[in-house]
Amino acid sequence: MNDQMENQGITLLPKRDNPFTFYKMKKLVFTLLNYVILFSGVVITILPFIWMLSSSLKPNNDVFSFPIAWIPETIRWQNYVDIWKQIDFLTYYKNTIFLTLIVTFNILLTSSLAAYAFAKIHFPERNVLFVLYVMTMAVPFQVIMIPQFIILKNMGLSDSLWALVLIGSFSPFGVFLLRQFYMGIPDELSESARIDGLTEFGIYARIVLPLSKPALSSLGIFQFVWVWNDFLGPLIYLTSDRNKTIQLGLRKFVTQYGAEYGMIMAGSVCALIPLIVMYVILQKQFIQGIATTGLKG
Amino acid sequence: MSTTTTTNKTFKRTLSQSNRLTAYAFLLPNLIGFISFTLIPILVAFGLCFVKWDFATPMTFVGFKNFIKLFKDEGFQISLWNTVYFTVASVPLTILISLFLAILLHRKLKGMPFFRTIFFFPYISSLVAVAVVWNMLYHPTMGPINSFLIKLGLENPPLWTSSIVWAMPAVIIMAVWKQMGYYMVIYLAGLNSIPEQLYESARIDGANEWQKFRYITFPMLTPVTFFCSILLIIGSFKVFDQIMMMTEGGPGRATHVMVYEIYTQAFTYFKFGYASAVAMVLFIIVLGLTVFQFRLERKWVHYNLS
Repeated sequence: MNDQMENQGITLLPKRDNPFTFYKMKKLVFTLLNYVILFSGVVITILPFIWMLSSSLKPNNDVFSFPIAWIPETIRWQNYVDIWKQIDFLTYYKNTIFLTLIVTFNILLTSSLAAYAFAKIHFPERNVLFVLYVMTMAVPFQVIMIPQFIILKNMGLSDSLWALVLIGSFSPFGVFLLRQFYMGIPDELSESARIDGLTEFGIYARIVLPLSKPALSSLGIFQFVWVWNDFLGPLIYLTSDRNKTIQLGLRKFVTQYGAEYGMIMAGSVCALIPLIVMYVILQKQFIQGIATTGLKG
Repeated sequence: MSTTTTTNKTFKRTLSQSNRLTAYAFLLPNLIGFISFTLIPILVAFGLCFVKWDFATPMTFVGFKNFIKLFKDEGFQISLWNTVYFTVASVPLTILISLFLAILLHRKLKGMPFFRTIFFFPYISSLVAVAVVWNMLYHPTMGPINSFLIKLGLENPPLWTSSIVWAMPAVIIMAVWKQMGYYMVIYLAGLNSIPEQLYESARIDGANEWQKFRYITFPMLTPVTFFCSILLIIGSFKVFDQIMMMTEGGPGRATHVMVYEIYTQAFTYFKFGYASAVAMVLFIIVLGLTVFQFRLERKWVHYNLS
């Protein structure tokens, strides 16, 4: 902080009768200040993750030692081995991957089909139905979770991953998002394809789908992250251990072994790693997806 | 709409009957799921508000009793107040910080994509894992945050999630940390759409940085701010995961928020009717606030003429 103050002081020193250097100096100080603030922001943002990673490699006694040893004196991989032994992490992983992949696939398939009907086919109930879809988007999950639970319990799915597949696979949001995107594809394209004798399904599969790759990939990526991170849904439905997802498994571990700090951190790292890998590979799509569509969980 | 669609309108109307079958073939997979797991539950939710039901005993119709009960109930009042507290603090804080970061990043600095990537990451990371980490950071006696504060000379640092006073601020700080990157990206997109000429002419007129912000950036960003504030307010009224992971509504009832009340009433005490009534109140509040914001919109949101 003191440094910044001094820097600002210096800018006042060059005489105003030399506007060029004054302007240049001022700009330099601004840029410098900019970097200082941004860099502190980065530190605050990233530090909890680094602390998590470094603690996951420490024995329990060292986790809270202060000043923080960012690089553990002795690296203890054992935490990772132990957590996979203590709780059934493999099952949790399998369940989460199963759930995430199926729901994401279903959303992409059913939404892209329904959106085609709303955007490219004229039929009598089109507007009424679409308004209905949009209106339900305003209803929070928390309002419908109780009736949903009762319905699925009556279907015999109260402790089953399939319950989550069913409630997750038909989001009106996906339909809305893709419909908005399809509306931007000129009707002339589908019209001329129709004249050339392509069926509606042919137009959907061979013209509209390839053109909407950006929207599909944004929806797919975000859907993947939402389902992976979902907590309330699994919390309501999944009670037995063999059905739990990673998020529930991690919570279970924390409540059972609250003092195993090193292992808790190793578990958190395990829950985050797939997301980190995905983020590193697809970060552009993440950011563009938001900037263009305002995607939100 | 393109011109062809308007000229073809009558032609299309005659076609529409035959199109119906095709349209429903496309809609069907989604429509079935939509009706069974979204539409019907919404209708049922309205009905459940007026019954008393716990699965074990038969359902009885109680009229408005659930609503009368909840407005008298201390647990509900506390949860409403706590939700408002969370919203009033976290929404402006998130907007301020994300706007500030976006403006700094918008200056075409070197390494801008790097900063953006880092700031955005907490948003997509799983809340459970992150909450577990923050719980340890907040640890009242051994946590790194308090160790740091003590080192700075603070004798009695806040006890964070173990303190009635500090539990909510602790939750709020983490919420802001987690979501600021998302809103920063939205603001960045907004900043990119402001025409450069506006700043050029302001510079010629001799405007300083603050004036540029006050008279160009801020007004031009009001549609973005409007969008963000709606998303944030709706989101903060639905806050739950974080509370469940960090404080479980405690200590005492210091972080007992509305969705936590719904969750415990429904899935701990099995009071489905009462919980549905609380959920309906939540829905009405969220809807009311959104409508209210749209009403206020024309008072402060500027849309450019293009």
